[in-house]
Amino acid sequence: MSKSYMMMDGNEAAARVAYLASEVIAIYPITPASPMGELSDQWAAEGRPNAWGTVPGVVEMQSEGGAAGAVHGALMTGALATTFTASQGLLLMIPNLYKIAGELTPLVIHVAARAVATQGLSIFGDHSDVMAARATGFGQLASGSPQEAMDLALVAHAATLESRIPFLHFFDGFRTSHEIARVYPLSVEDVRALLPEGPRLGHHQRALSPSQPTIRGTAQNPDVFFQAREASNSWYRACPEIVQQAMDRLAVRTGRAYHLVDYVGAPDAERVVVLMGSGAEVAHETVAALVATGEKVGVLKVRLFRPFPSEALLAALPPTVRRIAVLDRTKEPGSAGEPLYQDVVTAIAESSAREDGGAPRLVIGGRYGLASKEFTPAMVRAVLDELRQPAPRNHFTVGITDDVTHTSLPWDPDWSTEEPATVRAVFFGLGADGTVGGNKNSIKIIGEEAGLHAQGYFVYDSKKSGSITVSHLRFGPHPIRSSYLISRANFVACHQFHLLERMEMLALAEPGATILLNSPHGATGTWDRLPRRVQEELIAKRLRLFVIDALAVSRGAGLAGRINTVMQTCFFALSGLMPLDQAILAIKRGIQKAYGSRGEIVVEKNFAAVDQSVAALSEVPVPAVATSTIPMRPPVPAGAPEFVRLVSSRLIAGEGDQLPVSALPVDGTWPSGSTQWEKRDLAETVPVWDSEICIQCGKCVLVCPHAVIRAAVYPPELLAGAPAGWKSAAARWRQFGDQRYTLQVSTDDCTGCRLCVEVCPVKNKREVRLKAINMGPHEPIRDAERANWAWFQALPAAPRDALSPDHVKDVQLLEPLFEFSGACAGCGETPYLKLVSQLFGDRAMVANATGCSSIYGGNLPTTPWTSNALGRGPAWANSLFEDNAEFGLGMRLALDQQRQRAAVLLRQLAQFAGLDVVEGLLSPEGRGETEIAARRAFVGELRRRIAVVDDPLARELAALADTLVRHSVWIVGGDGWAYDIGFGGLDHVLASGRDVNLLVLDTEVYSNTGGQMSKSTPRGAVAKFAAGGKRSAKKDLGLFAMSYGHVYVAQVALGGDDSQAVKAFREAEAFDWPSLIIAYSHCIAHGYDLVHGLEQQKLAVQSGHWPLFRYNPVLITEGRNPFQLDSKAPTVPLRSYAYNETRYTMLAHSHPEEAASLLAQAQQDLLERWHRYAYLAKAPPGFGAAATPEAPHD
Amino acid sequence: MTDLSTRYLGLTLPNPVVASSSPLTEQIVDLRRLEDAGVSAVVLPSLFEEQISIESNDLDLYLSHGAESYAEATSYFPDMGSYNLGPTGYLTRLAEARKALRIPVIGSLNGVSTGGWTRYARKMEEAGADAIELNVYHLPTDPTQSGLDVERMYFDLVQEVVGTVKIPVSVKLTPFLSAPAHVARRLGELGARGLVLFNRFYQPDFDLEKLEVVPSLNLSSAWTLRLRLRWAAILWGNTSADLAISGGVHTAGDVLKSMMAGARVAMVASSVLRHGPEHVRTLLDGVREWMASHEYESIRQMQGSMSHQHCAEPAALERANYMRVLRSFALRGK
Repeated sequence: MSKSYMMMDGNEAAARVAYLASEVIAIYPITPASPMGELSDQWAAEGRPNAWGTVPGVVEMQSEGGAAGAVHGALMTGALATTFTASQGLLLMIPNLYKIAGELTPLVIHVAARAVATQGLSIFGDHSDVMAARATGFGQLASGSPQEAMDLALVAHAATLESRIPFLHFFDGFRTSHEIARVYPLSVEDVRALLPEGPRLGHHQRALSPSQPTIRGTAQNPDVFFQAREASNSWYRACPEIVQQAMDRLAVRTGRAYHLVDYVGAPDAERVVVLMGSGAEVAHETVAALVATGEKVGVLKVRLFRPFPSEALLAALPPTVRRIAVLDRTKEPGSAGEPLYQDVVTAIAESSAREDGGAPRLVIGGRYGLASKEFTPAMVRAVLDELRQPAPRNHFTVGITDDVTHTSLPWDPDWSTEEPATVRAVFFGLGADGTVGGNKNSIKIIGEEAGLHAQGYFVYDSKKSGSITVSHLRFGPHPIRSSYLISRANFVACHQFHLLERMEMLALAEPGATILLNSPHGATGTWDRLPRRVQEELIAKRLRLFVIDALAVSRGAGLAGRINTVMQTCFFALSGLMPLDQAILAIKRGIQKAYGSRGEIVVEKNFAAVDQSVAALSEVPVPAVATSTIPMRPPVPAGAPEFVRLVSSRLIAGEGDQLPVSALPVDGTWPSGSTQWEKRDLAETVPVWDSEICIQCGKCVLVCPHAVIRAAVYPPELLAGAPAGWKSAAARWRQFGDQRYTLQVSTDDCTGCRLCVEVCPVKNKREVRLKAINMGPHEPIRDAERANWAWFQALPAAPRDALSPDHVKDVQLLEPLFEFSGACAGCGETPYLKLVSQLFGDRAMVANATGCSSIYGGNLPTTPWTSNALGRGPAWANSLFEDNAEFGLGMRLALDQQRQRAAVLLRQLAQFAGLDVVEGLLSPEGRGETEIAARRAFVGELRRRIAVVDDPLARELAALADTLVRHSVWIVGGDGWAYDIGFGGLDHVLASGRDVNLLVLDTEVYSNTGGQMSKSTPRGAVAKFAAGGKRSAKKDLGLFAMSYGHVYVAQVALGGDDSQAVKAFREAEAFDWPSLIIAYSHCIAHGYDLVHGLEQQKLAVQSGHWPLFRYNPVLITEGRNPFQLDSKAPTVPLRSYAYNETRYTMLAHSHPEEAASLLAQAQQDLLERWHRYAYLAKAPPGFGAAATPEAPHD
Repeated sequence: MTDLSTRYLGLTLPNPVVASSSPLTEQIVDLRRLEDAGVSAVVLPSLFEEQISIESNDLDLYLSHGAESYAEATSYFPDMGSYNLGPTGYLTRLAEARKALRIPVIGSLNGVSTGGWTRYARKMEEAGADAIELNVYHLPTDPTQSGLDVERMYFDLVQEVVGTVKIPVSVKLTPFLSAPAHVARRLGELGARGLVLFNRFYQPDFDLEKLEVVPSLNLSSAWTLRLRLRWAAILWGNTSADLAISGGVHTAGDVLKSMMAGARVAMVASSVLRHGPEHVRTLLDGVREWMASHEYESIRQMQGSMSHQHCAEPAALERANYMRVLRSFALRGK
């Protein structure tokens, strides 16, 4: 057994083995499996060899389907291959899985098992994905901890080679894939020993080769297909034994013994639970505690799920067992029971039949832990207790309250099996303050240097700006199986003072626990500033409170706002897990390791922070009586709609787990427009308007990523009754006469990104550093601005027909119907979506590809797409990542069909509708706001007139009447979708000729999954999967789309030319055929302060990296060149743009010559592209006439 | 045969034309061209401590920015393992230059902290620099900082660095000292082996349309030399440090004037940027030609010959020159 151990998460554990055991690795990012691919790519870039001394070939594909295809081909050609995936990714691989298994081809796919999207998407862990693949013929092996993820990964690779059955090796997404724990790593020798030469050579020898040609993948007729399918039976029969042999060989080398099914519990158990994955570790811990109290219970950990090891399962069951509860971490609606339950039932039934007698065993099944729902010892106990009942409930659920179909078992949340000797620490922080990074460091130190068992698990926010993180850390002398969150902490750290009034964090503290608080108020000033609830908990639980002004210490050390080092040092000082001097040395070693490559100055600053921390830490005496009058912040205001108050507010407060089934929509339909109720109050500084010098250009309104800056023009008489301090100026619109203009900021929704200040073109003549909008402290103006915002919202909207939406100045007066999203502060994507919502929102349908825009657009608890005062607004839906263009096309097809049907009905019911209405609605439809308003009025009148008609056709027409007003279909997604996984669909939809608008929010990288390379990534930029800088040029998606001739194509960048962008959106929408807008979107994954996002956009345009153009086929019909180049020839070198961004500079720092070479090539790329475009722009009139659009399709 | 050799910083150089710190002394290929054209030493571009700090801090900030905040993206960049940050790249180039060239290679250092100056000076010495030029680019914008404070900063700095390295150290001076002669003498006493006259501070411009202060970089002109000639002439003989003139040396005549004022070397940058490294050959040919036609035997013969102490009209280098110019201007004006 190896004596050395390391701290690592399940993904790394599995990836280490997979890498060593493979020659070809095809990857595609998907949460939570992405890190396995990223590590493989990184190791390959570093030249790390596999177990046989060669560096595996790692290739990123365009989708998981592509990865499976590439793996299939590599296997067929004799290579040892692997891939990593989860959820929808695994589902995309399924067709290939059948093939690979049918061909008896050794392969292991490592799966960080994750929920499959159904009524909603979830990135969290359960077994829905692997269960969906259980019929493919793949073997399935389940791991329940990071150590098992490493060990069983090797068992899977060994077993697949010997059995020829391909395997899915899976472990629970996040709970195991992202849990950091002690792992005894397997060595290269271990891998070589378990993957002996014979089976490897056998695999190579079966490869397709022209030297010994064979044919595979034949098409078979009814005469032989069936028999051929049965021909592999003996391989499946032999497989379980082969898996066990591999486990045994591993045990000989490591001392860690596994079995196909492992039993833990009383030898004379009467009641057992059966389950797979990390939940089995919870059950293990629970059973051990119950057996210690004399209960006759046990747990069967099923490790091999396919081929299902019936014999092993029966053999592992103590003969005394009479009642069995099988727990599935998946749901199969409409089935007789979930998969593991059914297999166990079958095994027992078949055994009973075979053995002819014996006492019958009762088997019940239930569901738990879907999408990482907490699964605790109390829940395991509830299941075991249920087995005691005379008639235990079957098909139960545990972990939720099902008050509709009453499947749920009750459990006692106060029952715990936490070991007293374990230090249980919970840390509340922000993503931006480095809390998680610091804690990961602490785990490594304590786990690797203090000799303690350690576990770390991290809960992240679903918002990307101001995101809150909660770290759960356990340290103790014994192995830790507690794969559930800490609910009884003996150490609670609050790294941000303001979180105290938002989160009930001390509810987690057990009596006598230590509380560490980052407080700007010092030892003497803190108590009086604590919310009353916090004071009461401190007193009632006799908690010890320590405070430090971590921000002051970190700033003193030169660390701008990152307090992780300070708080980490304080944790060591208070926890006593290690002698402090030893801990400080270890922390510094950790700092050197983590930051050493970033320069001495960075290391020195962190060292200084460590050295100054302990002295700045002090204990606050806890008085006997609570004195505070500060209340906890309500999650939503009292005036919020009922659903928001009853449901959304619970999610915001972190109480979503407590909502019963009845509180939730049955089909995933949620009310929109809920972000307006979640006032997050994130920004310390907010924009302040200078009404005297503002020229009312509207640029700040246009670029605000969170739609917090709004403008209004209104009659001066409305000023009466305005709040004190209300600002206004004479409106600078001819058509609005002497009306007033106000620019108002919803400061509670602002993220403080400063893009508005950056874009403001006005400078104060007396003090040029000031603009017409400037950042100022939020605190002094918070209350006044809340009152102003409330007043502003009551102002009437500007009449749309009085505005000219081609002008940015007028666009500011159009109400945004996309507001306050959880996107990153300074996001480059959201202004485009807001623009769509302003221009067309009241008649827009949005099909949104999975990715950043579907997360900030649709992640609970609150969502940003909203409606206007008339109740109209964008209707939004997310289907998948890969199918979005098709999904949106489907919307258009349906709308067109419904419109046709409505037109037929309208004619049939003309006598009731009236000729004026019939003519009004069947006449050609105008594009202007006036025409749309008139048409809507006709629809309203139609509804009124046919409401009294008792005819099914009239009722049908009433239901379809809205489609007689032109709907605007927007198909939205990122470059990962448009350039890669959804490219085929995008192409087809462009070819379809249908009236849809495709908007590509192009960040040149997979942003949502953490910055992986897409085909939009420019040459020379570093991305994950392109660690050495992307070597090929960016795909020219615009040119491709133009090649159809009938597609409107525009490339835009708000920071490059905002009026060109606005024009492009208007033209695209007005075009009756498909249109494609490729929108430059600066992104956090580019690595610079996004306050400079618009400046970078301008440089992208000026350097020629991002030429602006519009290709409008309508111009062909006018005898004009459809291609208009809207930006000038490159005027600045590419380096002036690129080397402002870390994605480029990190290569220049790490591989300067390579970077210089790639940059030179990229410069050449853009010059060539520019010449191509310049040529197109000069093409003679009539160019492209062959592609003249036909009549519209409706 | 005309002897062009000179001694600077204790180094014997075959001629007095040294390539000053400029973009042309960055790449080995350009350095070789300069050497082939005849420069007797090169000063590499400055290693800016502040730039190192900024690059490190930026890299640290943006590699960490947004990380560990959101479950699907716990980071946004791959771990590259190591970055050629800080002095590493500079020192590698310095070592390469040392290896590639026969002539002395002088490292240039622009620090901001005492620790930074000494740390990087030591690293330059270890990388093989033949000497170090301290590029003190300090604008005393702090109204609480006195002239004495500024001078003390210079003195402390030189003392620290000289005490740290064994190779010769020179100081590139600002022309805006209140008592340059005193400073020059004191720096010599503290161990500075050379003084470079002067640093050319880039003067920012105002953009009237954008209402922005914009950086500007102009090459030196013939006028640039005048200030340096005057101060070399004044300082000659008043400091133990060797003098170098940097700024405005464009012609062979400028080299000769520099020598006569008292400089041991004349440093060229703008003229080679404008005309290419081969311009050095023209300069040296011109120097040789002039010396031959005027029957000078050696450069050393003329060094300091027109200094304040040796010229016929010392007053011309002092305030009296100012008065004379004003008078003649007034006369011309009439």
